[in-house]
Amino acid sequence: MSTVAEAVASTRPDVGGAGRRRAQAQTRRSVKSVIFHLAAVAASIVVLYPAAWMVMSSLKPSNDIVGNTSLLPETWTLENYVKAFGGIGGVEFSTFFGNSVLLAVLSVVGTVVSTTVVSYAFARIPFPGRNAMFAIMIGTLLLPFHVVIIPQYILFNQLGMVNTYLPLLVGKFLATEAFFIFLMVQFIRGIPRELDEAARIDGCGHGRTFVSIMLPLMRPAIITTSIFTFIGSWNDFMGPLLYLKRPDLYPLPIALRQYVDQTTTSDYGAQMAMAVLSLLPVLIFFVIFQRYIIAGVATQGLKG
Amino acid sequence: MPMTGAVPAGPPPTTPFQHVLGPDGDGEGPAIQVPAPRRRKARYSPADVRAGFAFVSPWLIGFVLLTAFPMLASLYLAFTDYNLFRDPQWVGMENFVKLFQDPRFLQSAQVTAIYVFIGTPIKLAASLGAALLLNMKHRGQGSYRSIFYVPSLIGASVSIAIVWKAMFIDDGIVDKIQTGLGFPAGGWVGDPGMTMPMMILLAVWTFGAPTVIFLAGLKQIPAELYEAADCDGAGRLRKFWNITVPMLSPVVFFNLLMETINAFQVFSSAFIISGGTGGPAGSTLFYTLYLYIRGFQDFRMGYASAMAWVLVVVVGLLTAVLFRTSRSWVHYTGDEK
Repeated sequence: MSTVAEAVASTRPDVGGAGRRRAQAQTRRSVKSVIFHLAAVAASIVVLYPAAWMVMSSLKPSNDIVGNTSLLPETWTLENYVKAFGGIGGVEFSTFFGNSVLLAVLSVVGTVVSTTVVSYAFARIPFPGRNAMFAIMIGTLLLPFHVVIIPQYILFNQLGMVNTYLPLLVGKFLATEAFFIFLMVQFIRGIPRELDEAARIDGCGHGRTFVSIMLPLMRPAIITTSIFTFIGSWNDFMGPLLYLKRPDLYPLPIALRQYVDQTTTSDYGAQMAMAVLSLLPVLIFFVIFQRYIIAGVATQGLKG
Repeated sequence: MPMTGAVPAGPPPTTPFQHVLGPDGDGEGPAIQVPAPRRRKARYSPADVRAGFAFVSPWLIGFVLLTAFPMLASLYLAFTDYNLFRDPQWVGMENFVKLFQDPRFLQSAQVTAIYVFIGTPIKLAASLGAALLLNMKHRGQGSYRSIFYVPSLIGASVSIAIVWKAMFIDDGIVDKIQTGLGFPAGGWVGDPGMTMPMMILLAVWTFGAPTVIFLAGLKQIPAELYEAADCDGAGRLRKFWNITVPMLSPVVFFNLLMETINAFQVFSSAFIISGGTGGPAGSTLFYTLYLYIRGFQDFRMGYASAMAWVLVVVVGLLTAVLFRTSRSWVHYTGDEK
């Protein structure tokens, strides 16, 4: 590639030194650009390889997965997916999938409702203790959550909530996701105060101002929060592992783990097919919402 | 009123409103009567106070019920023997003494320390490198950024842990490539000396999230600084060292803090790859995995609570040290942002 660029540069009519210098600079730029893209494409291949390997393996016959160095299947098959859809121990795959969807959707609803309300209070309503509470809230971001799982388990166990989805959802409705509150407070602080103050002067209470002025303006932050909550809930493993002991309640990660435990290595094909099916919604989400996801991640570090 | 409990539970707040929060945390009437001592007028309209507490109540209730109270409860349990079926028996310091004589605990601490202190710097170096690459002026940067971010989305999932295991297992693809290159092989999953590199590789693979954060930080550095340096004839290395590094240091600090804290809490990938045992030979017995085994398989909940508090103290100390040292290497520009 660089030789092409050089050739192009050298055939240029030599209009004094300036033209040559420019041509040289251009050559250097295009050489650099080629090197950059080679490096970036190589890195992309390395980064995507495990995911590609997973997808391709799911399309290979089960006994041809582990040792096969070729990425593409020699014989393509959908047999693994047929087996995966059959489910585990009498529970169909669609049940696990439905459980995951239910948990994720309710988590999103809970998190969005609670964090929008709470962040409005932190960002816009002056009340005593607000700054202290905000500081404590930020502090919980740094807290290893393992310190609360044992007492939480004892609590939910005593309330008879084991084998229900409540332990996984109550926290979402009670705004325990401090990061999203932080994200939304930052977002609200960027909204001109005049907008909600005008509403307040016109006689709107905080409830009305929040619902009719703030909520519509907070849409981007709500979308970001929803996406991250959905993905977080979808991939969550420890929560369901602790609280759900009945197969018909399992979401996908637990079902997948159960499947791996029950089958031997010879059944890698169906494991891969289930792994692909489990990740598919997350990847589809990413393709659709990547702008919001990347923007959401990027805001974390700034003003942190 | 559940709110009153919130105040003493948290760390001592050092805010202008501390005096208002004293013994009477509900902040209803007395808050208004408290005269502002100095700088700030602490006068709130009753409507604001009512609305404020109403709007903040989900968090307040959640904090008290699901964070503050459980933290105190686990602190109590750490000094007891408790198995979920009998009442907790007070045993004093016994759990902590036993912890430091428990070879499995010591091993889990060691495994986690290696993972945190070796894996995190490698991951951050990789993500800083990637961010510098993505910050160059070339076409297609958006696509590369998206591709690099994909592993961060799925890296913690059970699916990827299964894939990882299948790739690194004996006779697996990594093993085959190694054999092809003439290296001694046998798979990484079953080799106690190789499981840690495998786990660190998995962590490094998810370098995309810190990369995106680094990149956002790089984009915030004013171009004028580089232009001025160009005028002064500064070389590329000089510009990197004297402009990029100090200007990016707050973001480096943030990533370092968050990645370190997260690395302490790795669980699901270790659980899946070792089948919940932390094997082979305890080489993937991460701290949280051992905590889970003690608390939820052996039902030694007092012991596990003691472990949890040791983790909190260690992470807290490390955070404090990071914050303390940050004064000498994190550079904040004068203005807000």
